[in-house]
Amino acid sequence: MNIVWVGIVLSAAGCFALKLTGMSVPERVLVHPLTVRVSDLIPVGLLGALVAVQVFAEDSRFVVDARLAALGVAALLLWLRVPFLPMVVLSAAAAAALRQL
Amino acid sequence: MSTPTDRSVIADSLGVSAAVGLYGVSFGAIATSSGLSIWQACALSLFVFTGASQFAFVGVIGAGGSALTGALTAALLGSRNMFYGIALAPRLQLSRGGRAAAAHLVIDESTAMAITRPTLRQTRLGFFWTGLGVFTLWNLSTLVGAVAGETLGDPRTYGLDAAVGAAFLGLLWPRLTTPHARLVALAGAAVAAGLVPVTAAGAPIIIGGAVAVGLGLLWRPLGDGEPQEVSAEE
Repeated sequence: MNIVWVGIVLSAAGCFALKLTGMSVPERVLVHPLTVRVSDLIPVGLLGALVAVQVFAEDSRFVVDARLAALGVAALLLWLRVPFLPMVVLSAAAAAALRQL
Repeated sequence: MSTPTDRSVIADSLGVSAAVGLYGVSFGAIATSSGLSIWQACALSLFVFTGASQFAFVGVIGAGGSALTGALTAALLGSRNMFYGIALAPRLQLSRGGRAAAAHLVIDESTAMAITRPTLRQTRLGFFWTGLGVFTLWNLSTLVGAVAGETLGDPRTYGLDAAVGAAFLGLLWPRLTTPHARLVALAGAAVAAGLVPVTAAGAPIIIGGAVAVGLGLLWRPLGDGEPQEVSAEE
């Protein structure tokens, strides 16, 4: 069994535990202004970091390439309210086209 | 507001399921082109079943990070589902066993389609039709995408490596509604990008996210600004 399977099992256990906790624990135990604020901020901060790493990281090097142009295309399409799937496909196509040049 | 009929509640749920289920194709393709097997991609959709966490896991693996960093990132992103559960539990009024079974279906979309409904019956209809609809289509489309990603060959030829960044931006976009949120996202991105050359792969994501959350709390202290509530927008 490789380490990726261990990660999958841990992800599944962690995500299910969080869902079940929310459904089972009395509201007053978890709803504190600070925990609510932090839980709103986590996806914003983490997704921001994930975007940057996906676009600029090549192993442990900082690289600017077609991925940045593709991100610009994605931002433009999101701003135009294009749905998720066509947005991702067109963004990938932009990177592919740029590499063919 | 006029009361929707049961039929329209179900129709809305199926519409959302179809739209969301479709982008499981992009998840499956990105998963296998990031180095996961088809079965690993399918296992994530079956057992993790929360989109942003799944994308994060394969993103970390694809960027060369460890599976443990991937799992930590996935769990952190999954923390919002806990708050959805808190909002849902009193509205669904399920037995202990029912709550355990329903918990797996707690995601952005099932929450959004349930908590807005006026009656217990329609709350349950919205939750279960959306949850089960998305679950079914998300898993089928993950399989289709994973097989496609595996047979396409070098993902760079098709720009699939660039698609990951676009997918994360797409998940982030609906959350960027305030200047504060945009600043927090930018801070996370800047810190992570700056750390890429100096830390192990995967670490910039966790550290960047943590710094951004810390700065977000400092920039707008508690009790300042609009009242917070559990949001279920995606």
